[in-house]
Amino acid sequence: MIGLQHYLVVSAILFVMGVLGIFINRKNIIIILMAIELILLAVNLNLVAFSAFLGDLVGQVFSMFVLTVAAGEAAIGLAILVIYFRSRGTIAVDDANRMKG
Amino acid sequence: MIETASLLMTMPELLLTGAGLILLMVATFGGDNSARLVGWLAVAALAVAGWSLCGLPSTGGEAFDGLYRADAFGAFAKVLIYVAAAVSIVIAPRFFATGNSGIGGAIRAEYPVLIIFATVGMGLMVSAGDMLTLYVGLELNSLAAYVLASFMRQDGRSAEAGLKYFVLGALASGILLYGISLLYGFTGSTSYTGIATAMADGLSNGELFGLVFVLAALAFKISAVPFHMWTPDVYEGAPTPVTAFFASAPKVAAMGLLVRVSMEAMGSALTSWQQIVIFVALASILFGAVAAIGQSNIKRLLAYSSINNVGFALVGLAAGTAEGVAAVMSYLAIYVVMTLGSFLCVLQMRDADGNPVEDIASLAGLSQSRKGLAAAFAIFMFSLAGIPPLMGFWAKFLVFDAAVAAGLTGLAVFGIAASVIGAFYYLKIIKTIYFDEPAGEYAPAGSTLESALIAVSAAIIVLGYLLNPLLDATSKAAAAAL
Repeated sequence: MIGLQHYLVVSAILFVMGVLGIFINRKNIIIILMAIELILLAVNLNLVAFSAFLGDLVGQVFSMFVLTVAAGEAAIGLAILVIYFRSRGTIAVDDANRMKG
Repeated sequence: MIETASLLMTMPELLLTGAGLILLMVATFGGDNSARLVGWLAVAALAVAGWSLCGLPSTGGEAFDGLYRADAFGAFAKVLIYVAAAVSIVIAPRFFATGNSGIGGAIRAEYPVLIIFATVGMGLMVSAGDMLTLYVGLELNSLAAYVLASFMRQDGRSAEAGLKYFVLGALASGILLYGISLLYGFTGSTSYTGIATAMADGLSNGELFGLVFVLAALAFKISAVPFHMWTPDVYEGAPTPVTAFFASAPKVAAMGLLVRVSMEAMGSALTSWQQIVIFVALASILFGAVAAIGQSNIKRLLAYSSINNVGFALVGLAAGTAEGVAAVMSYLAIYVVMTLGSFLCVLQMRDADGNPVEDIASLAGLSQSRKGLAAAFAIFMFSLAGIPPLMGFWAKFLVFDAAVAAGLTGLAVFGIAASVIGAFYYLKIIKTIYFDEPAGEYAPAGSTLESALIAVSAAIIVLGYLLNPLLDATSKAAAAAL
């Protein structure tokens, strides 16, 4: 029988993978955007699992809001990535070092 | 009908949303020629929204079944936010128009619109009564802020600032959401009152994890120390009017949000979050003071200064009392004036050709060429350092007073000691301005508006004690509303 804790474990694993994807990844900024989506999906899984467990609809409503905002966030992230690529000609993570100190 | 009352209580947000949408249409059809018109209309909309705060939006209580709180606390923070937003709009056209070697070009009409939408988000943040409202407000503010940070599209530094802000901001949102989902699962509610009720009978492990995640994400938004790494880069790369905006309005909003969540939703778990807030406050004060010493770029230095100031404001929150909250609100009010004044002075830093410069070394000998600007700069730096006759001292006094009253004497002693380290780099700037050999020619003051704003903020910093009864009464009313 698959219970609440199974969902929570999967969601925690997804969340950690997302966070590591942002910090360990040294190659490509697109991968960071994918990692951010992974984090948000982990949260959605959490919310929906809790919602079903509690028999309360608020969690599912919340996850709808998260999905919507995630779409807007991805759009803005890609737009910023495009202007960054235009001025720099690269999207490698290690090249984002114009400012230091 | 209940809905009508709720709509009246959310009037400032409704007005600003409507104004933002209309101005977006004006900007779209009028093109960049309408930029100045859109800017002034946006300032007018902010003024009207601020005026609408008198009445139901500051006294109404709960709106929309507790999703939104219309109280004195929210109104106090909103006044600060609207002032900061209006100043960021009026100082922008000249920055984007002149100099920049063709990088900036003329101001684009969407700039005031983005500021308005960010302001709507910040209003929701400080008035949220539910995690859902909190999240939507925070994202509305953040999404507009990401675009503002990368506003100078042709400038590589601005694009990089926007990118870094976006990646780390999105990570913080994810952490916040994960914390909210844990709190929801273990307390069974997303409303502040529901969470407070569930936490009142002991803190379970799940709730503790949720609390830590939420606090970590909010620490990111106020750029407190373990989560400050984005601040210097974003402040340096973003266009200066945008940096002035970032350093003032979103700081007030996120701080107000943090205070409300800590006191209202997690008030019964005070002992659990108090240690976290104390650690974050100490680390921010110390790091902000030490790391600023070696900086040569004035915007970067002010970024570390803002980290330092957030630490002092958190000292008031660490007290966990109504007096502490009142001290935090007074601190924020004074901090907004000091920061906007400092950035207005930074905007005046232009070489003989009118190009903006950001090197601290280029300030050398400013006292001989621009006496008024040098005096204003010195007033703001002395005030940030907390030298007694100025308002910056009063702000620090209030938070330390609240901390000592709550029994946190050690924290207060450490904070005062660290503020001496902080004084070093503020005084270094004053030394550069007054005692160093003149470096290069500076362009004369180009805008009476900016000079007037500098004069007003300097006057508030010097003569602010006359306003003290007002500040005292409003911040106490704000704290009592929680």
